[in-house]
Amino acid sequence: MTGRPRLAVWKFSSCDGCQLSLLDCEDEVLAVAGAIEIAYFPEATRREDDGGHYDISFVEGSVTTPHEAEAIKDIRARSTTVITLGACATSGGIQALKNGASTKDFIDAVYAHPEFIDTLDTATPISDHVKVDFELRGCPISKTHLIELIAATLAGRAPQTPAHATCIECKMAGHVCVMVAEGKPCLGPVTHAGCGALCPGYARGCYGCFGPKETPNTAALSARLAENGADRRQIRRLYSTYNTNAPAFREEAKAHD
Amino acid sequence: MTDTTIKVDMLARVEGEGAFKVVVREGKIVGTEFRIFEPPRFFEAFLRGRDHSEAPDITARICGICPVAYQMSSVQAMEMALGVEVSQPIKNLRRLLYCGEWIESHILHAAMLHAPDFLGYASAIDMANDGHADAVKLALDYKKIGNSIVTLVGGREIHPINVKVGGWWKAPKKRDMMKLREDLLRALDMADAFVDFTAALPFPDKERDYTMVCIEEPNGRYPMYEGTRLISNRGMDIPATAFNDHFDEHHVKQSNALQGRMKAGGAYLTGPLPRYNLAYDKLSERAKAAAERSGLGREVKNPYRSIVVRAVESLFAVEEAIRLIEDYEEFDPAAMEITPRAGTGMGASEAPRGMLFHQYTLEEDGSIAKAQIVPPTAQNQPSIEEDLAELIADELDRPHDEIQWLCEQTIRNYDPCISCATHFLDLTIDRG
Ligand code: SF4
Repeated sequence: MTGRPRLAVWKFSSCDGCQLSLLDCEDEVLAVAGAIEIAYFPEATRREDDGGHYDISFVEGSVTTPHEAEAIKDIRARSTTVITLGACATSGGIQALKNGASTKDFIDAVYAHPEFIDTLDTATPISDHVKVDFELRGCPISKTHLIELIAATLAGRAPQTPAHATCIECKMAGHVCVMVAEGKPCLGPVTHAGCGALCPGYARGCYGCFGPKETPNTAALSARLAENGADRRQIRRLYSTYNTNAPAFREEAKAHD
Repeated sequence: MTDTTIKVDMLARVEGEGAFKVVVREGKIVGTEFRIFEPPRFFEAFLRGRDHSEAPDITARICGICPVAYQMSSVQAMEMALGVEVSQPIKNLRRLLYCGEWIESHILHAAMLHAPDFLGYASAIDMANDGHADAVKLALDYKKIGNSIVTLVGGREIHPINVKVGGWWKAPKKRDMMKLREDLLRALDMADAFVDFTAALPFPDKERDYTMVCIEEPNGRYPMYEGTRLISNRGMDIPATAFNDHFDEHHVKQSNALQGRMKAGGAYLTGPLPRYNLAYDKLSERAKAAAERSGLGREVKNPYRSIVVRAVESLFAVEEAIRLIEDYEEFDPAAMEITPRAGTGMGASEAPRGMLFHQYTLEEDGSIAKAQIVPPTAQNQPSIEEDLAELIADELDRPHDEIQWLCEQTIRNYDPCISCATHFLDLTIDRG
């Protein structure tokens, strides 16, 4: 990269929370804007997509419409590096709860004129459609990860975002285990690190918003949840939230159908 | 140029995706369209069959800008359905969390998304690079204090994790709250300075006679958290539970949002202007003084001045947060006991951009049988279209890009949240 890299921020089906994280870096945002040319970021600036090439494309959101399925290919073709921001873009997001349900039934539940609605039957991650260079987890992403990612990208090195379990972060934070001490259901043992074990710090079980860690032993966790009194439906619901379409969580939910 | 179309296919500096179009025939506006093309995400559908306890976290994901609003309306609806009355300390902490979101969201919108319209910049970053660095830095510092309230009380600024049906997972430590109080005391001067920054902006001299609607709280407080009644400037005064008897949602073509209307007649406005106009007396003395200094008056009908009202409301939220922290005592248990049962409940609270109504019907085991969510931008959509027709009508002789700019600025008066409303924006002026 010569000169300031050109950054674009793209939105697919999402809540805007992950891209908002960028504006929530109050102490860093002006410095970042100095180091990177924010060429396209419609939530923050009126500047239009000039149809040109971008060094870095941040993508938030999942693919849920025929239009989005086309748009992502064009973005890939015009970007050197494609980075997904958050659970929606990385695994499909909460809207992937519609995968497997009847879309018609869903449209009928929300809209009076289903014929006005153009949607796919599934919400899918960006990587189902194009090659993705790096994925940030979380619903929403962690600001620390985001800043590390930007710093690493500017320095031309790989970002350091450990793939171990939330459970390890929890031990490092010195929290009392909510599952052992209080029998609360917790996805910490199978969830990707990144939040700093926030929920256990607030006396609640992890609900998995960073998605599965590498090689999670979900079956062992489910057995433990059952011992603590969770029924099959509760276990299924636990895996079926913001990363419901991440393979490890999807399969474990299915095993409790 | 008597026949033309002014159109924007992708409205910038709003939360989500939308477009608009103004159709001009023989020099007169004959149609305006404010379109939401943010893809539908079907929350009301997939909430069915989920547990009541999951609603605050799931509905938060409708909007990353105002997740607290979703959490506050949903927990209140669930508690009504379950027949649980939460304690005053639980309510006070919720109001404190809400103050954080008002500051964070109002300042983000006013400084980063809306102010550039008034000053002629593409973005706040361009503003900062062109002589307004102090104002932008002030806003960023100020916004951050809103974030730190949400982070302490809620666990994190986006999609807080501490809110629970029945109360909280854990009550924060008084000690940590008192540290936050120090930041808030520093924010008071920033808040006044920010009001003065907005008051000095150049305002189009335009007014409209809106029907304005907001919630009313039971304790005579400024409308925010606990909407037990809904009131209007036209004399409406109904229990919030009667929302569906008085308001309707319509599904219009080319929009992935449902539009809200009053059964008794047409478009209405929700948000900072209605709150200010209907609850001015409930503002703090310092907020009233700032309003007076800004020349707002007792009544605001100029929608472009909503940016000043947001700044005044943010000042109010800082003071309110200080008061709530000073009165705060740790409480344990952090939540009321919940026993699942069948029932129906409603929750109405004031998101920064307007009233947010939730209604749920629960099964015997506490699962959700039916969910209804009416976000503020969906309610404001008809009013936005009327604004485009009325406020732009005498500007049609101006160059296309100036009209387009004014249209965008007009829409941003609403701080529209398209992610929420998807159930938003792209300007077309069609002159034939
Ligand atoms: S991952 Fe979560 S926070 Fe990020 S855009 Fe999706 S719903 Fe919003």
